[in-house]
Amino acid sequence: MIVLEKREAPSRLWAWGSPVMAVLLTMVLGGLLFAALGQNSITVIRTIFLDPLFSEFAWFYRPQILIKGAPLVLIAIGLSFGFRAGVWNIGAEGQYIVGAICGAGVALALYPMDARWLIFPSMVLAGALGGWAWAMIPGLLRVRFGTNEILVSLMLVYVAEQLLAAMALGAMRNPEGMGFPGSRNLSQYPSAANLELISGSGMHWGVVAALITVIFAYVTLSRHVFGFHVRLAGQAPRAAKFAGVNPARMVLICMGLSGALAGAAGLFEVAGPAGQISIDFNVGYGFTAIIVAFLGRLHPIGIMAAGALMALTYIGGGIAQSSLGLPAAAINLLQGMLLFNLLAVDVFTTYRIRMLRKEVS
Amino acid sequence: MRDTLLNITGLTKAYGSVIANREVSFSVGVGEIHALLGENGAGKSTLVKTIYGLVKPDSGTMDMRGAPFAPTDPAAARKAGVGMVFQHFSLFDALTVAENIVLGMDNPPSPRAIAAEVRRVSDQYGLPLDPDQIVGDLSAGERQRVEIIRCLLQNPKLLIMDEPTSVLTPQEVEILFKTLRKLAAEGTSILYISHKLSEIAALCEAATILRMGQVVATCDPRTTAPREMAELMVGQVLQSPVRAARPEGAMALELTGLSAPASHRFGTALRDIRIAVRAGEVLGIGGVAGNGQDELVAVLSGETMSDNDAVLLDGKPVGRSPVNARRALGLLCAPEERLGHAAAPDMSLTENAAVTAITRKSLTRRGFVDWPQARAFASAVIAQFDVRTPGPQHTAASLSGGNLQKFVIGREIMQAPRVLVVNQPTWGVDAAAAAAIRQALLTLADEGAAVVVISQDLDELMEISDRFCALTEGRLSAPRAARGLTVDQIGMMLGGAHDMEVAHVAE
Amino acid sequence: MDLSSINPILFFASLMVAATPILLAAIGELVVERAGVLNLGVEGMMITGAVTGFIVAVATGSPWLGFAGAALGGALLSQVFGFLTQYLLSNQVATGLALTLFGLGLSALMGQGYIGIKAPSFPDIHVPILGDIPVIGPIVFQHDPMVYIGLLIALAVWFFLFRSRAGLVLRAVGENHDAAHALGYNVRRTRMLAIAFGGACAGLGGAYLSLVRVPQWTEGMTAGAGWIALAIVVFASWRPGRLVLGAYLFGGVTVLQLNLQAAGVAIPVEYLSMSPYLATIAVLVIMSAGRSPGSLGRIFHAAR
Repeated sequence: MIVLEKREAPSRLWAWGSPVMAVLLTMVLGGLLFAALGQNSITVIRTIFLDPLFSEFAWFYRPQILIKGAPLVLIAIGLSFGFRAGVWNIGAEGQYIVGAICGAGVALALYPMDARWLIFPSMVLAGALGGWAWAMIPGLLRVRFGTNEILVSLMLVYVAEQLLAAMALGAMRNPEGMGFPGSRNLSQYPSAANLELISGSGMHWGVVAALITVIFAYVTLSRHVFGFHVRLAGQAPRAAKFAGVNPARMVLICMGLSGALAGAAGLFEVAGPAGQISIDFNVGYGFTAIIVAFLGRLHPIGIMAAGALMALTYIGGGIAQSSLGLPAAAINLLQGMLLFNLLAVDVFTTYRIRMLRKEVS
Repeated sequence: MRDTLLNITGLTKAYGSVIANREVSFSVGVGEIHALLGENGAGKSTLVKTIYGLVKPDSGTMDMRGAPFAPTDPAAARKAGVGMVFQHFSLFDALTVAENIVLGMDNPPSPRAIAAEVRRVSDQYGLPLDPDQIVGDLSAGERQRVEIIRCLLQNPKLLIMDEPTSVLTPQEVEILFKTLRKLAAEGTSILYISHKLSEIAALCEAATILRMGQVVATCDPRTTAPREMAELMVGQVLQSPVRAARPEGAMALELTGLSAPASHRFGTALRDIRIAVRAGEVLGIGGVAGNGQDELVAVLSGETMSDNDAVLLDGKPVGRSPVNARRALGLLCAPEERLGHAAAPDMSLTENAAVTAITRKSLTRRGFVDWPQARAFASAVIAQFDVRTPGPQHTAASLSGGNLQKFVIGREIMQAPRVLVVNQPTWGVDAAAAAAIRQALLTLADEGAAVVVISQDLDELMEISDRFCALTEGRLSAPRAARGLTVDQIGMMLGGAHDMEVAHVAE
Repeated sequence: MDLSSINPILFFASLMVAATPILLAAIGELVVERAGVLNLGVEGMMITGAVTGFIVAVATGSPWLGFAGAALGGALLSQVFGFLTQYLLSNQVATGLALTLFGLGLSALMGQGYIGIKAPSFPDIHVPILGDIPVIGPIVFQHDPMVYIGLLIALAVWFFLFRSRAGLVLRAVGENHDAAHALGYNVRRTRMLAIAFGGACAGLGGAYLSLVRVPQWTEGMTAGAGWIALAIVVFASWRPGRLVLGAYLFGGVTVLQLNLQAAGVAIPVEYLSMSPYLATIAVLVIMSAGRSPGSLGRIFHAAR
């Protein structure tokens, strides 16, 4: 018989070993799945995980890792504070959309004014504020009425998607777009564009913001009283209250922080890589960031690595789609499977497995 | 010599490297009230769980009336005639009394028949209960009645009672003893687990004493001196705490008609609490847990706000001050629940030191925690209070109950409080640690702090308090000098025997 | 705008249809939560049920077999969640989210070749005599069988939970798993069974969308229905009767906004489409929940 025995303290080795194990396990299980779909498993896994880095066209794909990784890391860092403190903001996707709408709104309202020093910073601010405000709805409802923030933040994703459609078809539609849905292209409006800082590197302002956020989060979590209180609130809520943490304020700060970062991520996306407000502007970064946060152990450095890995699977998935005809959904499946595997392997962090021989009496 | 009901031979059970029971042997006679005596962690719980089919022994045998007895689960144990009343009740708050009773039976009759049965048994043994009441709304004594009736309905041959009196008032204890004696007279054997020697001397006919998983002695508690049993149980001679005579100090903490709502659905609201504690004084607050103790500590610590003027610290109103503002002024608390409230289980002792000491020990610089200094403080607490741990980097959960409690109390005492409030300071703590904690509280008072001790353990309160009052259903009695109080007087202060119908116990 | 174009009889009749998928998914989750487990993967199990039900129904030509396949698919997927949370003791919130993300990907992959196909028809039954009553007949007694099966399941769940011993044990496990374990009840097995039942019901709810309500397969077609089902369990304070009420209330909002769209109200379609989600939030706020099962979401580990 196999029994689980609680460890005296969580294993540090397994805390970092389990994400690696989970990734390897996902490659194996994913390979089996692709074999079942009639693909060559080795080729598919290589295409997804290695080709973006080492293939002939890697010069084109490598910058994409920064472009796709930045929003994931920005959002996941925000979420990690809440997840550590037991505040479950699942609606980052909605905050991301609203941030993009607000930021783009500032640019479109000022179009075609020529004042980059004013417009771009105002857009970033508006994007962060938009995401913050959207996240404050579930935050305030939880604090004021005890409403479940998981469900409310999620409902608001669907509301935000409808809002996005309404904007793309209505208020923000490009007057010169010949009736097609979608706003003006911001990346072609110099005062508002989130351009590459170094040509061909993929480095844009969102990447810079993500790096700064990682450092900020690292320092806060390991050294600052607030970081200590966040960890305390998640591990032992009563002890946190006893230590002087105001639970309501903690909920609002965590919600607000993750909302603002998701909103900023949305703005950087809409002003750069995406370029415009369109019906299908959001591609699920807000949900994938949840996986990134967990895979990175809710730790800033880990999140950075996990964000890069997840960006890799997006790019590799794209390559596999065009070169091998792999369905787009396969990559979502692989990402979901990764989170499953991580949660399964994680048992070794807090428990020790012991084999017991059944006694024959 | 009476017939043997249960005979246990060479029972051994280990959890990993920890041996809970080593070669335990003893027997219980038919109709005998047999005490199982031992400290926390002596292996009593593992032993009775083995008898009740919850734990499978590594080796050793049991037999019941001469037939081999090896229950694979509680249902098998119940079928063989074993009933158990748990220390932490195995009850379901949101369910009714009848539903709770049905859950403890293997072949329950219909709901209507259950109600009638409950009434019959409760009349017979003087344990009144309403079958349709929600269990969460009952007092601790009533909840215990539910457990007892649940067992009695199955006509057990052996009734196991795990620390049954810890939640009862003295009068309720008397009634319980009457019930148990009546059961024994009818032929039911009772295995009575406790660490309270006076109770065992009053009730039991035989005692098996466990220490560190082994049987160290078997004796007749009616003829053995309590001191001797205590030494067998603890394995060393314990010093009673020393109290110095203290001059009356200035008023330190006052509650002036404090009221507060219940902390959760099954909690108790505080009503018009008045306390005045002077510097250098120990005020003992007795009462069964669940009568407003948690709420009172929360109101004092600042986790719950009250009217600003309802709590006065050195004459200053602090009822609306947050937790750390009160700490800055010198009002410190140590709540009852060690793991999860006083300390975070999976955090290191260094981090746990920072939970309460950030303010008074200035462990921060411009918002950043000074971890080296926090570690130094944690190490100081560990050294000063003899906390057995390899070092401050170890988690709170890795400490034994007694050691963690020494750490938690030590953490507050070493911040030099003006007023220290402790709730159940020695609950579930071994005797040596308990003695150390009591001594530390008395020393703190000697040094001029006001100390409020909230406890269910009346012996403890009599030992260390200067004045005593009782908290019952959210109301606090007027305090009286602790010296010279009799058990009966204390019982009256605790509100007597919560509607227990003594007369119903047919002798 | 022409509100008179809304036919009240048709309105209430389609309300029952709109409520059914949510009702099915929610009643399953109610049992799961009563057993003390919070499975946030309803959306993932629902959409997996939608696609498996659709595939089986198309392959066999029988909607009944489709529903059976959906129940099986949902139950199987739920056991992954069960294994992780009950045996590997993983965090229920995170695992539930993983289940949803995984289910969305899995269903999209499975449904690749089925987009644009029509499901085999599932005829309404016209209950004899009752169906002929004016007004009430067309509203209540002229639906497809799943509408009634959903209500029967809700009734059966009520009976099971509050009138049977097994139901009492399930509630006990959800209320205090340590005490239930101490009395000798098998906490894990009870929960695994409850989780499987929840998965099966979510699968049925999903299949109802793909086989009856739409009826065809599109990616992500549940569009949050699983989350709304979770909200309705909270709204219902874990009581089956109130759950039916909640599902119908929600069905009413959905149908009303669709009717308003059809009537050409001068509000853009997108804002009307938000209303079910906003209504769910409003309901969550107004009905601040009753007392949840005592052990809900807590990890059970029988240490000693």
